[in-house]
This record gives sequence, structure tokens and C-alpha cells, in this order.
Amino acid sequence: MRGFYSRKIHSLLGVIPLGGFFLEHMLTNFSAVEGGPSGFNDSVLWLNSLPLVFFLELFGIWLPLLYHGVFGLYIAYQSKPNLNRYNLERNWRYTLQRVTGIITFIFVVWHVFETRFQVALGNVKHEELGGVMHDIVTQPLLLAFYTIGIISASFHFANGLWSFLISWGVTVGPRAQKVSSFLCLGLFVLVTFMFLISLVTFRDSEFQSAAAIAQTLKAMI
Amino acid sequence: MMAEIAAAPKNVKFIITRQDDQQSTPYVEEFSLPYRPGMNVISALMEIQRNPVNAMGDHTVPVCWDSNCLEEVCGACSMVINGKPRQACAALIDNLEQPVRIEPMKTFPVVRDLVIDRTRMFNALKKVKAWIPIDGTYDLGPGPRMPEKKRQWAYELSKCMTCGVCLEACPNVNEKTNFIGPAAISQVRLFNAHPTGEMNSDDRLEALMEDGGIDGCGNSQNCVRACPKGIPLTTSIAEINKQTTKHMFKRWLGV
Ligand code: HEM
Ligand code: SF4
Ligand code: FES
Repeated sequence: MRGFYSRKIHSLLGVIPLGGFFLEHMLTNFSAVEGGPSGFNDSVLWLNSLPLVFFLELFGIWLPLLYHGVFGLYIAYQSKPNLNRYNLERNWRYTLQRVTGIITFIFVVWHVFETRFQVALGNVKHEELGGVMHDIVTQPLLLAFYTIGIISASFHFANGLWSFLISWGVTVGPRAQKVSSFLCLGLFVLVTFMFLISLVTFRDSEFQSAAAIAQTLKAMI
Repeated sequence: MMAEIAAAPKNVKFIITRQDDQQSTPYVEEFSLPYRPGMNVISALMEIQRNPVNAMGDHTVPVCWDSNCLEEVCGACSMVINGKPRQACAALIDNLEQPVRIEPMKTFPVVRDLVIDRTRMFNALKKVKAWIPIDGTYDLGPGPRMPEKKRQWAYELSKCMTCGVCLEACPNVNEKTNFIGPAAISQVRLFNAHPTGEMNSDDRLEALMEDGGIDGCGNSQNCVRACPKGIPLTTSIAEINKQTTKHMFKRWLGV
């Protein structure tokens, strides 16, 4: 495909649907903070009750993620960072957009393997995911890995939105690009905060008991 | 006695990256030149040409460089001075940290020493049709007038001297890409803004929607900070992003 269109698709997919799903994921996780294990479970089950959920996942998440992720790695490979020469804020963000893209790639593959992939294999049920997360984030090393993954993904999303607005010609002048910088910085802080609170909440022992109950239920059946 | 002390010769040290031809490996040679008030990098290179002796006292081949206007309008003398690409003719020694390190802009093919080949920039201008076609077999009469306000910002864009500094500063202009670079994109904005040039705007936009076109920009925004002419390159890029996006939808919808 010609470069222009393939890049436009890459850019669009970063926001729609991936950015949209990212925010949805943030809200689902946050229901663990507000409603505990049952609140989280309700959100997960509601998501899975959506019509044509298989196609929603395929066209709303898997394929866009594959395209944006793999093409994104190629874009990152093509870049020749020069922070040593131009130690400037925008150049830092340009470089971090690529670095966080790579980190996000590794993180997403790992995270999907631990959660959704295990569900697909039949090793875990949707209702047990809260317990799975509990087991992950109670290990300090994995907690650190998840924290880095979350900060990276949030930065990549928020700064990506800033650059998306330029790539589509929405923010043209320097003032518009400055205002959108602040708005996207705010979004970065908000999204990071929401995800991290949820992450810490999964450490709560009530998620362990939920996991234990699910385990016993499974054993009984 | 006093006068002699005051006039005691001060030397300026230069560390120059040299290369004998396009294929050969670069090497570094040092020079030590007597300080003269008001000297700049070009006058230093002229001094080496007059007396080609390096810091070791050995006779050497004079350093080659490119320059024309000597007043920062032709763009020929661009080189990397103390790590930053800029015009040598406007680089006053008094304002530079010493020793002064000089290298060619390696984003472009190095012809010899500090001489680079900026052909790709001129090819880019041809590719995007950075001109206004008015020649015909008969007099077309006067064109539409340009509003004064527009003329003022368009004039800023017309100051581009194709010097190549913005390409050297861009992390997306390198061996792994064929990105056309900021300068030509800004020229498309200039010629699309002209009331007569506007009549060919689609051709220019389509040239930038081809391989190596505007999609190569990654918004590092170094270019706008590096341009010696203060051209608002990032505004031009965003504006052309807008024009190409609109053009894309128009083409799809057949408007
Ligand atoms: C899976 C691994 C990922 C990789 C390797 C990756 C890589 C990249 C790269 C290199 C860019 C820079 C493009 C440019 O500025 O020229 C980018 C842009 C972007 N990414 Fe990602 N990305 C990934 C995942 C995501 C995810 C999950 C989201 C959504 C939350 C996302 C949203 C965006 C957005 C909105 C942009 C800006 C598009 C634009 O500048 O036009 N990315 N990505
Ligand atoms: S836009 Fe500025 S930096 Fe780029 S070629 Fe023109 S004058 Fe040089
Ligand atoms: S000689 Fe023309 S810009 Fe330096």
C-alpha cells in the first residue's frame, strides 16, 4: 500500500478504535475500585454480553492492535533519535512516543497472554480474572512491570492523541499545539492515575478470596 | 613593551572532519589559527586555504567548503558547527565555544571535506512543483491579487534558502526513510497560498501524498527550532496535513 494511506490508517487506528478501547479498559478496571470484586465482575460480564462480541474484539481490538503495533515497531525502527543534538521538549516527546510504543508492545503481549489468552485456552474463566490480577500484582516484580507498562501505554496514548491532532490538520498553529499539549498532558496524568489506582486495588485480599471461591467452585464441579 | 603584550597573538583551535572523496573514510584534522577580530568560520577556512598548515605544523591539503553569498541567504555554506547544523558564514568565532568543531552535514552525500551535495532538496522542489506556471503562448493578463495579510506570512515562507539545516535536524530524514523533509512541504504551503499558484494545488498535494511524502513527519518539531530563517515549518506541515487530508476525502467522494 502507498505510504500515505497506510500511515493514515495507522494514525486513525491509534485513536479509533484503540484509544477508545484503552479508555473503556480504564473504566472497566476502575469498577474494581468502586464496586470491589463483584463490581469488576459485573463490568467484565457486561462487556462479554455485548452482541457479536467475537467480532467486536476482532475488529475493535485484535486486528487494529496487530496493524498499529507491528507498523508502529517499523516506524520506530526507521527513526534516528537525536536528543544529544536537540535536547528539546518536543523532541523528547517524539522519542518517548517511539520508546513507549515498544514498551507497550511488550507489555500488551505479556498482559494478553496472562489474561485473555488463558481465557481463550479455557484455563481461566472471565469471572476469575480479578483473582488472576490479584495473583499478578501481589508479586513486587510484576507489579513494577505492570506499573511501567501502564505509564508507557498512557503516555503513548495521550501524546499520540496530540500528534494525531497535528497529523490530521486539526491543531495547525503554535498556540493550538500548545493548548493541546496541556490537555494531553492532563489526560496522561488522569489515565495513569485511574489505571494505577485500579492496579493497587487488585492487591486487596477480597480479590484473593474471590479467586479462591472461584477455584473451589471449579474444583467442586 | 605594553603594546606587545596587548597584541600577543591569540590562537583559535579548529577540529575539522575531513574526507577526500565520496567513498573514502572521514578523518579529523586540527588547525590552530591566529585570532582576528570579527572572524567567522568561512574566514577561518579562507585562512587555511592561504596557509594550509595543520596544528602539528605539517603542510596539508586545504579544506574544501562551499559558499556564495556570505550573508546567510544562499544556504550553500551549511555545515555542522559545534554539533549544530548552521551557516558557516554567519558563525562568528566570538560566539562559538572553542575549540571549534566542524563537520559536514552527513544527512547529504559528502562530496569532499565540508562540501555536501544538496541535489535531493532541489529534486524535492521539482517533485512538488514549487513554482507558479504562468508561461503560455499568449499573454494571460494579470492574475488575481493577493490579500496583504496573506502576503505577509507567505513572505516569511519565501525566505527558505534550501540550506538543508531542517533536514539535518530531522530524526525522520535518514538512510532508512525517503522522507522529503520539512522545506519542500513548507514550499507547497507557500505556492498553494498564492492566488495563481492555488490553481495547481492538487498537483502539489498529490506529490506529497506519494511515497516519501508528508506522511514521513513524526512531529519531533526540531525543524522549526533549527531553521536559520525562522520559518514556521511546523505550522506549514500541519496546514499541509490538513490540505492533504481534505484532498484525500474529496478524491474518495469524487467531489
Ligand atoms: C502495541 C504496540 C504499539 C506500538 C509499537 C506503537 C507504535 C507507535 C508509533 C511508533 C507511533 C508514532 C507514529 C508517528 O508519530 O509517526 C504511534 C502513534 C500512535 N499510537 Fe501507537 N503503538 C502501539 C500501541 C498503541 C495503543 C495500544 C494505542 C492506543 C491506546 C496507540 C495509540 C497511538 C496514537 C493515538 C498514535 C498517534 C498517531 C499519529 O501520530 O497520527 N498505540 N504508535
Ligand atoms: S526551511 Fe529553513 S532550515 Fe529548511 S532549508 Fe529552508 S531555510 Fe533551511
Ligand atoms: S554563503 Fe550563503 S548562506 Fe553562507
